[in-house]
Amino acid sequence: MTIRPGSAFVNAVGSVVAVLVALLIGAVVIVISGQDPWEAYRSLAEGALGSRRGRAETLVYAAPLILGGLAFAVAARAGMFNVGIEGQLVIGGFAAALVGATDWGLPSAIHIPLAVLVAAIAGGVWGFIPGVLKAATGAHEVITTIMLNYLAFRLIIYSIQRRSDWLPVDDSVQGTERVLDTARLPIVLDATRLHAGVAIAFVAAFTIWFVLFHTTFGYKVRTVGLSEGAARYGGIRWGMTIAIAMALAGALAGLAGAGESLGLHGRHSAVPPGLGFTAIAVGLVGRNHPIGVIFSGLLFGLLSAGALTMQAEADVSRDIVLVLQGLVILAVAAFEAMNRLPWFRGLGTPKTPSGGDRASDTGMAPEIESRPAPPAI
Amino acid sequence: MSDFFTVALLTAILRSATPLVLAAMGGILSERSGVINIALEGMMLTGAFFAVAGTHWTGSPWLGAAIGVGAASVAAMIHAFWCITLRGNQIVAGTAINLIAAGLTAFLIQLIWDRAGATDSVEQLPDLFGTVNVLVFAALVIVPLVHFYLFRTKQGLHTMASGESPQAAESVGIDVTRNRYLAVVASGALAGMGGAYLSIGNLSYFTLDMTAGRGFIALAAVIFGGWTPFGAAGAALLFGAAQAIQIEAQATSGFPISADLLVALPYLLTLIAVTGLIRKSNGPAGLGQHANAH
Repeated sequence: MTIRPGSAFVNAVGSVVAVLVALLIGAVVIVISGQDPWEAYRSLAEGALGSRRGRAETLVYAAPLILGGLAFAVAARAGMFNVGIEGQLVIGGFAAALVGATDWGLPSAIHIPLAVLVAAIAGGVWGFIPGVLKAATGAHEVITTIMLNYLAFRLIIYSIQRRSDWLPVDDSVQGTERVLDTARLPIVLDATRLHAGVAIAFVAAFTIWFVLFHTTFGYKVRTVGLSEGAARYGGIRWGMTIAIAMALAGALAGLAGAGESLGLHGRHSAVPPGLGFTAIAVGLVGRNHPIGVIFSGLLFGLLSAGALTMQAEADVSRDIVLVLQGLVILAVAAFEAMNRLPWFRGLGTPKTPSGGDRASDTGMAPEIESRPAPPAI
Repeated sequence: MSDFFTVALLTAILRSATPLVLAAMGGILSERSGVINIALEGMMLTGAFFAVAGTHWTGSPWLGAAIGVGAASVAAMIHAFWCITLRGNQIVAGTAINLIAAGLTAFLIQLIWDRAGATDSVEQLPDLFGTVNVLVFAALVIVPLVHFYLFRTKQGLHTMASGESPQAAESVGIDVTRNRYLAVVASGALAGMGGAYLSIGNLSYFTLDMTAGRGFIALAAVIFGGWTPFGAAGAALLFGAAQAIQIEAQATSGFPISADLLVALPYLLTLIAVTGLIRKSNGPAGLGQHANAH
């Protein structure tokens, strides 16, 4: 184990410290608001971990965040900043709910995989667009993904309000019709909301870990993310790789949406869930490493699951959780800044000239900083 | 059709364009200095909330607006500190500001008014000439001012130099750090003014997430307008008009343009604009870069 900037150990410690700092600042905010931070955090932890139901809720909240965090991580490894997770997620969830609510007389064994697959494809297409636009025209992915988020929201609202003639949507509930029982992801733990979609998240994380670190494609993705020039020199097609990586990221976000529609809610509602921005935090705290994303997803899931108990018992508004998420991001970014300080860099002598994996070193790909002229943002 | 484009529609267009124009001017200052600002949304939200809270505390909407603008400037100061001093990733910092603004405003509504979702009504900023709010005029005045500042004053030219090539600017003695701080804080103040217009100009209260993506539309206007004040103001007017006409169109049967297309217009146009299909869209060359690389 080496204590040098950018190593897995230092990254993990950095994330833990960042979370602790955020909790500390959150405590200060709670004190200023005249409440007891100890009681707030205690009831939050008790709500999320103190009961069988609470632990199930933590997993239920964590599932879409893990998948969304993976969607951020995969894109970041390829040097793309995926702000479009929210759009990819809702398009996936909407598509899954449409398939799930349509009665073709299919058995569960076909209906569920079909709906999940369609969600992944829909999300994948929504991720592929900014990837292709970047590869073909240089259009900055941050702008295109933000625009695609809103286009996804508008497309869903349009479908729900205007296309009830041929889609299974219901304007009166601002969502799709209920997903049929044959397409519902089964509940795996009695008397809780723990559905099979949670398993998808964990399987996906290990799959992405394998793909990123043990396949040629993963190697290409990481090379492209570290240096476009080096990738080209090595014969890797830059445009193709970022487009496929973005499609994969979109597919992961689409799976998150499928879990929400087919597992948790049983329909897709037009109101954006806001999970996409939390997913960015999950990816950053997990240092864009699939295993790290599992842990940070569980942590953020815990915060969301315990928030209601905290509000009920300690009388602290559950919206403080959003503030905590933002503070965690700032703390991670500040830790990155410390990583760059000369005295910290000097702590260990880098074994390799590259100084380790820069995609996780900067919390995202180095591209935005090092490439001479970003075309448009 | 002939009585569709009325004075009422024109004021409706101005009303929906004003917050976009103000925030877009902020976006231009920040981006021209080289700092990417996707936190416009959070800064607007902060401004909108604290304008209401300030009016609630002081009883004066003028002081309230000043408090809103001040609070948004503080949010911008945090963004600037992370982006410039800590040299952190500017999009990461922006995302954090947006999350914190959404969470903190929701948290504070609960704390101050002891209920969720919306604040009580407070006194509004006054209208001039009957129906047009004072901040609408402010927006109209600020556009040429920003243009003059950027292109006709030394300070403004230094700001643009910091955005085009931070290293070159530094080498001729321009204080890039100072210029960027000034620009980002000013962008927060302008976005906050846009937010204040939403809460105490157009309405008299704050509701959860009341900016509803307007900060991002303003950013889209900056890009669609080619990073120039008049271009961005034109884009903001176009996007505002799309919003206003869409509301009218839904009420008018047989309106020739689909209301659904109109609401999607800002996003579609910007998506096309950044791909360079309409014309070459080039931002400041030094956007996102730091002054001295190491």
